[in-house]
Amino acid sequence: MDLFLQQTLAGLAIGGIYASVALAVVMIYQATDHFNFAQGEMAMFSTFVAWSLITYGLPYWLAFFLTVGISFAGGLAIERIVVRPVEKAPVLNQIIVFIGLLVIFNSVAGWIFEHTIKPFPSPFPEEPLFGNRFIGMHDTGVIGVTMIMLALVFVFVRHTPLGLAMRAAAQNPESAKLVGVRVGWMLAIGWGLAAAIGSVAGMMIAPVVFLEPNMMLGILLYGFAGALLGGVSSPGGAVLGGFMVGVLENLVGAYVPFVGTELKLTVALVLIIVVLLFKPAGLFGTVTVKRV
Amino acid sequence: MAIARETEAAGIKIGGATVSRTRLLVLVAVAVVACVLPFLVTDYRTFQFTLALIYAIALLGLNILTGYNGQFSLGHGAFYAVGAYTAAVMMDHFGIAYYWTIPVAGLVCFVAGFLFGFPALRLEGLYLALATFALAVATPQILKFDAFEEWTGGVQGIVIFKPDPPFGLPLSQDQWLYFFTLGVLAILFLCGWNLLRGRTGRAMMAIRDNPIAASALGVNTGLYKTLTFGVSALYTGVAGALGAIVIQFVAPDSFNLFLSVTLLVGLVVGGIASIPGAIFGGLFIVFIPNVAEEISKAAPWAIYGVFLILFMYVMPTGIWGAIRRAYAWFIRQRAA
Repeated sequence: MDLFLQQTLAGLAIGGIYASVALAVVMIYQATDHFNFAQGEMAMFSTFVAWSLITYGLPYWLAFFLTVGISFAGGLAIERIVVRPVEKAPVLNQIIVFIGLLVIFNSVAGWIFEHTIKPFPSPFPEEPLFGNRFIGMHDTGVIGVTMIMLALVFVFVRHTPLGLAMRAAAQNPESAKLVGVRVGWMLAIGWGLAAAIGSVAGMMIAPVVFLEPNMMLGILLYGFAGALLGGVSSPGGAVLGGFMVGVLENLVGAYVPFVGTELKLTVALVLIIVVLLFKPAGLFGTVTVKRV
Repeated sequence: MAIARETEAAGIKIGGATVSRTRLLVLVAVAVVACVLPFLVTDYRTFQFTLALIYAIALLGLNILTGYNGQFSLGHGAFYAVGAYTAAVMMDHFGIAYYWTIPVAGLVCFVAGFLFGFPALRLEGLYLALATFALAVATPQILKFDAFEEWTGGVQGIVIFKPDPPFGLPLSQDQWLYFFTLGVLAILFLCGWNLLRGRTGRAMMAIRDNPIAASALGVNTGLYKTLTFGVSALYTGVAGALGAIVIQFVAPDSFNLFLSVTLLVGLVVGGIASIPGAIFGGLFIVFIPNVAEEISKAAPWAIYGVFLILFMYVMPTGIWGAIRRAYAWFIRQRAA
């Protein structure tokens, strides 16, 4: 029972990371109808930015918020400069641009910051919460940060004029344009938000997996799995999906003997394919009906 | 237009297809250059050209799927890996001659691709890209898996030996492998060309352009799509087997996501939905990183990425598309 509880709680903690990535993925999916394959590498790069700021001597939380701001600006700039020219191009061209971004970020990070594994500080104290033996303080903090972020995104998208404009631009670009929404800029803000959310995910996972250019690839895969499981059309669902995937991953790793840690990515692969086959809209998504 | 028809009429018939004289001349010239090449350059360069040919085969496979059938795959590195491991395991464990591994690898990959094609049927565009992306990311882990270690050699991989030229031919090992690969490439490209220009090819392209209209016209979309996946995997698997023989080594970490990205780069740079584009793509994959590596160790990938994005902006039809457009412009100028 202890093992079960421990694995479930550890799963929730890692699930928080997946949930953040899933949320970032869904943000861009909602705004543009595309998965951003470079999401993970962008988050990794943001984390390196944070690492540089911290090694430069800035206090953690200042570096944290500075990084979120820089990531937002960076995401915005990427959309305006790199993605915009292929906005109306076929899906294949857009995917290729995303993959291009992925390898650029990956190799540039390796180039600037080198491939050595770097420790990344956690803002939370070492000793576990209330002296319990199941879940560490960092894990608790990760879950808390994810929840706060989700709440902020929810409030922003549902209850602010800008959020309303973003939703309008995503759902019906033509009509949104007619009522004066600057659709292009809404997409850019969507990218900026996704990059900011991704940077938080990166900074939360870095103390666990250590910082190196390839750290986000597997996490992005789990983020995708979480987003699909929850439903790509529902941000709340995606977050829940992320947590579920985290718990599932840990329980499968602990109880199914041959999986262990070696086949973790394969679990994500199987999960993605199974969800796509049997419940393509995810658990909480709405089924889109296509008119022919 | 008139000139185009004229050259078409002056063409030569090959197996029921009319090939224009210009095309045939270019083809013969390319074949001659390809045959003379290994005698003009060092063994190392020959090895590199062999690799370029191997990538060209893999790219044609990917192109059949993505370019002609409109199914995205970001995970073709996985089929390349299956082909490579099939060849390596056959040679290392069973002592089977290298040339027998090629058809077997092709067959194994055809089955693997066909099976992966079934779930892929239900996934459109973006989702298929996502599923294949997951496949590419997970491949090295599957190859390292303990239970297969007896066969795959786990993390260490498998070392195989370079074959000697047969019949006492006065060639070096690298030269012989070059010609062997060239032969396989010629056969596969001829088959691909035949497949794509006929009824099957038309059905594949119809599915790409408008699946609903295609099925209304009586094309069995499900069957064609899964078969295309199989054929595509077959090509890539054969390339993988050749790659294993030429490099003499397979290891899980050489079949990571970046292999799949490499293939995507080659596809885009050479030209989507074009057969000759695959050759340009192969040459690009092998020779550009060499140039870039002199700048920095990490640079090749950054440069790949920049090329990917730039090509999407200015040359979405790739090198072959640009050549064709230039040629069409030249013909128009002459006609005017």
